[in-house]
Amino acid sequence: LQESESENKLDGETASDSESKSDFGGSSPVLTSDDTPEVLNRALSNLSSRWKNWWVRGILTLAMITFFFIIIYLGPMVLMTIVMCVQIKCFHEIITIGYNVYHSYDLPWFRTLSWYFLLCVNYFFYGETVTDYFFTLVQREEPLRILSKYHRFISFALYLTGFCMFVLSLVKKHYRLQFYMFGWTHVTLLIVVTQSHLIIHNLFEGMIWFIVPISCVICNDIMAYMFGFFFGRTPLIKLSPKKTWEGFIGGFFSTVLFGLLLSYVMSGYRCFTCPVEFNSDTNSFTVDCEPSELFQLQEYNIPVVLQSVVGWKTVRMYPFQIHSIALSTFASLIGPFGGFFASGFKRAFKIKDFANTIPGHGGIMDRFDCQYLMATFVNVYIASFIRGPNPSKLIQQFLTLRPDQQLHIFNTLKAHLVDRGILGSLEDA
Amino acid sequence: EVDLEERLCELDLRSDSDIPDVPPPTDSTPEILKRALSGLSARWKNWWIRGILTLAMISGFFLIIYLGSFMLMLLVLSIQVKCYHEIITIGYRVYHSYDLPWFRSLSWYFLLCVNYFFYGETVADYFATFVQRREQLQFLIRYHRFISFALYLTGFCMFVLSLVKKHYRLQFYMFAWTHVTLLITVTQSHLVIQNLFEGMIWFLVPISSVICNDITAYIFGFFFGRTPLIKLSPKKTWEGFIGGFFSTVVFGFIFSYFLAQHQYFVCPVEYNSETNRFVTECEPSELFQMKKYSVPPVLQAVLGWETVNMYPFQMHSFALSTFASLIGPFGGFFASGFKRAFKIKDFADTIPGHGGIMDRFDCQYLMATFVHVYITSFIRGPNPSKLLKQLLILQPEQQLSVYKTLKSHLVEKGILQPSLRG
Repeated sequence: LQESESENKLDGETASDSESKSDFGGSSPVLTSDDTPEVLNRALSNLSSRWKNWWVRGILTLAMITFFFIIIYLGPMVLMTIVMCVQIKCFHEIITIGYNVYHSYDLPWFRTLSWYFLLCVNYFFYGETVTDYFFTLVQREEPLRILSKYHRFISFALYLTGFCMFVLSLVKKHYRLQFYMFGWTHVTLLIVVTQSHLIIHNLFEGMIWFIVPISCVICNDIMAYMFGFFFGRTPLIKLSPKKTWEGFIGGFFSTVLFGLLLSYVMSGYRCFTCPVEFNSDTNSFTVDCEPSELFQLQEYNIPVVLQSVVGWKTVRMYPFQIHSIALSTFASLIGPFGGFFASGFKRAFKIKDFANTIPGHGGIMDRFDCQYLMATFVNVYIASFIRGPNPSKLIQQFLTLRPDQQLHIFNTLKAHLVDRGILGSLEDA
Repeated sequence: EVDLEERLCELDLRSDSDIPDVPPPTDSTPEILKRALSGLSARWKNWWIRGILTLAMISGFFLIIYLGSFMLMLLVLSIQVKCYHEIITIGYRVYHSYDLPWFRSLSWYFLLCVNYFFYGETVADYFATFVQRREQLQFLIRYHRFISFALYLTGFCMFVLSLVKKHYRLQFYMFAWTHVTLLITVTQSHLVIQNLFEGMIWFLVPISSVICNDITAYIFGFFFGRTPLIKLSPKKTWEGFIGGFFSTVVFGFIFSYFLAQHQYFVCPVEYNSETNRFVTECEPSELFQMKKYSVPPVLQAVLGWETVNMYPFQMHSFALSTFASLIGPFGGFFASGFKRAFKIKDFADTIPGHGGIMDRFDCQYLMATFVHVYITSFIRGPNPSKLLKQLLILQPEQQLSVYKTLKSHLVEKGILQPSLRG
């Protein structure tokens, strides 16, 4: 059963090409074990191995999607916790690969140091975000206020401690290994932790900015696979021989369409479009606001070219749907590069999957490799095209300036407002 | 067929002693020095070369300071590029990957992207008035993050497309090596420039403290050294470490005293858009105004004074010199460990007798970050011009509500009189 399982996995989505199949048995130190629950094994024991693989993957896919919906229903706090757990698991998976590659599992201190650095970087990032969004709560509690005032200094001191521990832990015959693991840890932190914090930033902007990008990537994955399965002929890239141009292009168009429809449905609900705020009176998260103009229906003129095709002159759409086209385009065209990067990584280190957490799919990282770039893109997109800076954060910074600086800024702002006619020249605010 | 990657896997897993050394850098001492010193024994010759080059570097440093902030910025940028080049070259030699397709171009491209990103973030703040006048720059500033990200993505996609069948592992190694190097060299150099803009004293005192600690620890170690400090660098001794600590604190104290008197060093660097030059002119902040401090009774007996006139900045210089002497050396140990790990004697052969630029700057590594974090935590608040710029791009309704909040706050604090108009 073990051998047929590994053959099934080779047939699946993350299959390697014949090259690594040949040296799979020999040089790879990591073989993923069969993790499918007994229940499924028995239920599917009659089917041939290929269909069984399909069914396992299909059931797990549905399970993950259902899980996703449940989490969304439970609210922002649970979502944040889930993002945090996913981040920790991804970090753990990549670091474990590093240990296996370098046979460095027994290196003194190193496991402790990796987790310590993860803690430091998370502390730093959470401190930066928490201070902004939980401003009133933080100001009320004295210890929190001190922690947030000297946040950068404290984070730096924590990191330095880890750095000095690393230097002190250097052992004579293992210098190179230790430096490799140090570098490996830092690159992993850069990838995993920054992405997860950008996702949380996007989430606070409004759940729609979290759900639509992730769904587009998932949709592109599934659609590209289906189009490739039915119509696939021309290989796309040597790195992933199962990807085809037909799948790529079919996936692109379906994802754009899916993005438009999903945004249309979601823009109607306040709980998705409003920024997440922390209500310090009720000590809970609330999503309640006046929907911004992005989420108000507007009439758009259809370009003349499409008028004859579609038959309408104007169409009522949310402006957000236009943005969703940008998001889905990115998910379909550039997102796959994250997947190719992960495939190249797996080829380079001769591993089949990142881990064996999810039966039929591999590790958490296998599912999230395409999301890798998406979170950064959405964050940059929002910062550049959607929102300006956060007004409450600006006020908070203003309050820490010196009086003469405050006066100078106030006067400049006033002159600007009078200039624009927003403030009448009568001093009557 | 022998897979290159298989060989390299074996290379990685061999213990350090098996790995052949990287060929030692060639001797680049100028001919003239060689002739002048040909008579002396090898040890004294080395001493003289190091001494002369040290003096040359210090003089060069003073010259650049005299020439002003802009030259300093250029110097910092050149040093950053050279350090980056040195570390990347070591990577090529370690992995025999000099001929890897695309990789040299990609490394330089990533350096360019990251520099573009950081310079855009700082330039936009300090050159706000200059930028406001020109349309194209406005566009670049407004969409700066997006443009930087797009540039980085292009490099990322080029990397993915350049992956070649037998060289995957090598290419990933070089990719990671590049990113870690960028993280080290480029972020440090930008923090140095940010410190510089805060006031040249924040640039000069930390760097001089590190150099002083280097030199005095060496001298104390030379004359009094007995107990080794750390296995990693057998030449360092506890006597050198402690002697260096006290000398650096005293040096920092005295040096800040002299620098704090001149506006040129103390004032934040600002860009004057009328004259198109950097100016350092201002009312010195209270950090740089003499104050009377009471000497603690313990020291009163020793020194014989009851109060002393000091600049508050000299207190901060304690913190800076302490960091330079106690934690700065860890940067040096890190670099020593790195050199041991990759079996190299020096980072490069740029400076005769000293090695590469990185060899001189390894202790500075952590100092720049510390000074920056120190300034943001304890000295200044957020940057007013940046704050103003962000206020001006808010939506009008948001601006109005912010205006009202600010006004009520200022009136409450008595900074603004409610009856005054305009």
